[in-house]
This record gives sequence, structure tokens and C-alpha cells, in this order.
Amino acid sequence: MRGWRPGVRASSLAALMTRSTWLTLAAMALLALCLAAAERFGNEYQVRLLHNVAVFITLAVSYHLINGVCGQLHLGPNAFITLGAYTAALLTLTPAEKAATFLLTPLIWPLREVSLPLAPALLAGGLVAAGFGVLTGFPVFRVRGDYLAIVTLGFGEVVRVAANNLQGLTNGPLGLKGLHPLDSLWWSWGVAGLTVLVVHRLKNSSFGRAMQAIREDETAARAMGVDAFRHLMLAYVLSAFFFGVGGGLLAHLITTISPGLFSFFLTFQLLIIIVVGGLGSTTGAVLSAVFFTLAGEWLRVVEEPRQVFGLMVPGIPGLRLVIFSLLLLLVILFFRRGLLGRREFSWAALGAWLSGGRRSKSRG
Amino acid sequence: MDGVTLLQQLVNGLSLGSLYALIAVGYTMVYGILRLINFAHGDLIMVAAYAAVMGVGLFSWPWPVAAGVAVLLTGLVGVLLERAAYRPLRRAPRISLLISAIAASFLLENLVLVLAGGRPRAFPAPGWLGGSLELGGLYLPRLSLVIPAVTALSVGAVFFLVYRTATGRAMRAIAADWEMVSLMGVDVNRIISLTFLVGSLLAGVGGILWALKYPQVNPFLGILPGLKAFIAAVLGGIGNLAGAVAGGLILGLLEVLIVAAFPAWAGYRDAVAFGLLIVILLVRPTGLWGESLEEEKL
Repeated sequence: MRGWRPGVRASSLAALMTRSTWLTLAAMALLALCLAAAERFGNEYQVRLLHNVAVFITLAVSYHLINGVCGQLHLGPNAFITLGAYTAALLTLTPAEKAATFLLTPLIWPLREVSLPLAPALLAGGLVAAGFGVLTGFPVFRVRGDYLAIVTLGFGEVVRVAANNLQGLTNGPLGLKGLHPLDSLWWSWGVAGLTVLVVHRLKNSSFGRAMQAIREDETAARAMGVDAFRHLMLAYVLSAFFFGVGGGLLAHLITTISPGLFSFFLTFQLLIIIVVGGLGSTTGAVLSAVFFTLAGEWLRVVEEPRQVFGLMVPGIPGLRLVIFSLLLLLVILFFRRGLLGRREFSWAALGAWLSGGRRSKSRG
Repeated sequence: MDGVTLLQQLVNGLSLGSLYALIAVGYTMVYGILRLINFAHGDLIMVAAYAAVMGVGLFSWPWPVAAGVAVLLTGLVGVLLERAAYRPLRRAPRISLLISAIAASFLLENLVLVLAGGRPRAFPAPGWLGGSLELGGLYLPRLSLVIPAVTALSVGAVFFLVYRTATGRAMRAIAADWEMVSLMGVDVNRIISLTFLVGSLLAGVGGILWALKYPQVNPFLGILPGLKAFIAAVLGGIGNLAGAVAGGLILGLLEVLIVAAFPAWAGYRDAVAFGLLIVILLVRPTGLWGESLEEEKL
């Protein structure tokens, strides 16, 4: 910038940066401490719940990137999550376990032999989902709005049908079982932290501003020279990657997966989360994901107790879903901005809020 | 495939296709007037099926009464849906309207799930709709003749309404420019309600026919026919009534014929529609007979 003088302003800016950076680091350390404590002292149920919270943060924040930041109603996260889940699961199972699972049709060759640790398997899950994103992005972004919603909704259906039929790859309707459970909270929370970081940085970059411009008015954004296809594709593929990684985590959390497990209901849940959090706010997506994962647990009181944990079991007969759908309907009808609207968390805003809304003039 | 088998499959495809067509016409009417995918349209099919099951099972009504009441009730639910979930958002961003539609769809499904339980129910079919005719080796279930006939009648009535009456003219005018039409003194809300009523009545008729064809009724039965009917409407060019009929017939015939020609692909039958959708969007997003869509409409 021409008029930029690296004098007083830069140093005060730097002071602000370091201060909020320090605060952020301190908050992260505190979170890490809490997690370590939970891992050591919490019971199995609590640890599982924490895993669940982290996975839903990952999924909700990636969904927020395409749906909230870019404003495209993508309804296919469950397809990408399924892809990631199957890929990761097929890679971490040992050859002996796979042979015991694939009784009717043996698993196809290279997968039959390999067995990888969790980290590369999750990465592979993300890459497969991202690859599917690249392939499907071309037809998807030829259209917008309702059409885009229906096409992406169709992906979930297509992936489910394929998973049911490609017996040599997925074991068909029987699914995969006996996956190795996650051995540490750092897996899920590490991925969640990384996702939030990447999405947050992206949103505040020039790419993110272009994406938000597309959301507000695509024609105007194009007139300003924004390449809409490229930016949407970037967001779509990146979110697909994180859906894939999240799906891999989810698979190893549940330890048994089948083609119908990640149904449209999962997408619906993510949609509720980001709408209630405020479409377009990363902070809102995170807070709302935490809230809904816990609320989903509490709300189980209104139903008969179920052995299988939490939220992604399809076809739970119950009041919980009525409550969720009513909630979404009410929020979208009467409270469209959600919890946070498009605002984001910042230490400066928190400080201002704590000091009674007074804005200090010196930005300190 | 010999001639008789082919003819047989054509009959099956025609019966399935006319069901899709019936539902697609309702979809396309609502889309034409509001530019909104009524996600809950498929669930209206389910509502009709359940209402008929309840009418026969709970109140012991004769079948025609139960079916008639079910269709009327579905029409009413459709109108209520528009009042409650869509009208307040008419000036809101599109994404809100779509989310509202999805929420309404989930609400209907789960409300029925809670009220009626998740166990699938058998759909009662009157005796005079069962049975079949044999015609030179051709096996014609009576239902495969009834479905196209009912579809033809219902769709014919809708065509008459839309293209030959003042109300229909108002509907078409609103589809073109509703703000202008409201300035011309037309009660836009009334016409939109009426459109939902007609579309939902069609879904109701479709629901009864669907449940006769696949007599297992569960709260989620409307999702797949709803999606496929929507794809049929897109195939024919959304907003275009004749296109929706043609799209429905094409989709039904394609599904049946592909499975007949390649029995090994039978498991992929439900994916045919979505594959078709992707091809249409790549090649001709406006559908076969669609108006040209500017960007803001897409």
C-alpha cells in the first residue's frame, strides 16, 4: 500500500496482534489442559462425548465454509463423509480383519493387503473425498441455488447406492465392523483445531473476501474480476477434504459403518448447526456444534434409551427430530441471523463487551 | 429381449413414469410460481398414504371415502405449509427459503414418525384394483392401467385449469412477474395458495397410487419419489407442465428399461435418476423443453 507508514500505527497494530495472539495461545493451552485432564480422569462416556464434539466442530466448520461463507446450499456432506469413512476404515483394518469381514465377496486386491496407521488413513480419506469433490465440482457449479441443492443432495443417494452394490470394495449392506477405536482425544481435537484454523485463515484472506462477495452478489463479484468458479471450487474441495477426514474419524469413533449410516439426516444436523450458529460465522459454527452435540445427548431423555450413542443413527423413532426440525424452522422464520449472525469472536470485541460496550479510541 | 418382454417392460415403465409425471406436475407448478423447490412435496405423498391407512384402519371408512379424504387432507396440508413456512420468507434470501423447506420436510416426516410409529404399515387395496389381465403373453396388472388413466385425467384437469381459466392465467402471470401482477389487482396470495392446493392435491393422488403400487407405508417413503419427480421436472424443463409430464414418462421408462436390459445393474436403479440429472445439468441445464434461465433464476 502506498500510503502505509510503518511508524506509530504499525507498532500499535503489532502490539494488538501480539496481545490477541498471546491470548489465543493461552486459551488453546487451557483447552489442551482441559482435554488432557478429561482424557486422564474422564470416564469412557465423557471421552466419547468429547470426541463427538470435536468431530462435529470439524464437520460444521467445513460445512460453514461452503454454505455460510460462499452462500451455496450444498446438501451432500454425508456423501463426502461416507467416502472418507470407508476409505479410512479400509486402510486401517488389518488384512486378517478384512478377510474375516469380507466373507461373501473378497476385497479387491491392493486394499486386501495394505494396512496403514490412522494418520495416513485419515489423510487418504480426506484426499478421496476431495478427489470426488474435484470430479463433481464441474457439473455442480454450472448451476446455483435450488439446482445446486438437489444435485448435491443426489450425491448422498448415489454414494449410498454405490456402497450397497460395490461388494468387493465396501462389503455391501453388511458394512465394515471392528474398526480400531480412537486411542486419544488428540486425534479428533487436533483435526478440529486444524480445520478451524484453516477455515478461519481462509475466510480472512483475499480468497475468503472473494467468496463472501460471491455470496452477496455473484454478478457484482464477477464484474469486479472475481473468478467465481475457481473460488467456489476451492471452498468446495477444501470442505470435501475436511468432510473426508471427519468421516474417517467418525468411522473410527463408531467402529461399525454401513452404507445407510451417514444418511441425509447427518447433513440436516450440520445444516441446523450452522444456521443456528449464524450462517457465515465460524465462531457460530463452533459454538453451535458444541451446543448441539451436547443437546442431542440431553434430549435423549425424551426418547427411549438407546445403546448406540448419539446423533448419526438413521431413523431413530423420536421426538428429538421433531424438536430439531421445529427449532430449525423457527430460527429460519423468526431469527434468521442465528446466534452470531456473521460476527466472529475476537479478543478486542470480547474486551469491549466485558467493559460494558465502551469502545476505547486507541484500539488498545 | 424379445418383443413381448419389451412390450411388457414398456407397460411397466409407462405405469411408473406416469406416477413420476403426476408428482412432477405438482412440483413444477409450485416451482413455476415461487421459484422454490418444495422439498416437502415428496412428503405430501407420504401424508396421503398415511391418511388413507388411518381412514381405513382407524375409522373403518370405505376405501374410496378414505382415499378421497386423504387427498383432500393432503391438499390442506400443502396450503398450510405454504402459509406457515414459505409465505413469511417470500422476500428473504433464497437460501433461507430452501432451508425452511428442508426443515418443513423433516418436520412432516418426523411428526408422522412420532404419531404413527416407525413400523411400516400395509396399505389397504380394494379388491377391484388387484388382479391382472393376460393379453397374448402380456401380463397387465390392473393397476398399471389405472395409474396412467388417473394421471391422464388429473393432469388433463390441471392443464384445463392453467391454460383455459382466469385463475390459470393469473398463475401464469405470477410465474412471469408477481410484483407486476399484484399491481394489476390480482390477489397474489390467494393464487399462490390455490397453486399449492392444486399441486398438493396432485401429490395426494400420487401418494394413493404410489402406495397401491408399493403397499409398504413408512414415514420416509416420499423422499425418493419426491426427488425423482423433481428430476423429471428438471428434465422436462422446470416450470413447464408438458415438460414435467414428458420428463416423468422418460424417467420411468429409462429406469425400467435399463434394469431390464442390464439385470446386473438392478441395484443401481435408484442412481439412474441422479446420473441423468448430472448429465442434464452438464449438457442442457434448462431441460429438454425449458425456458432459458438467466443466472438469477438458476
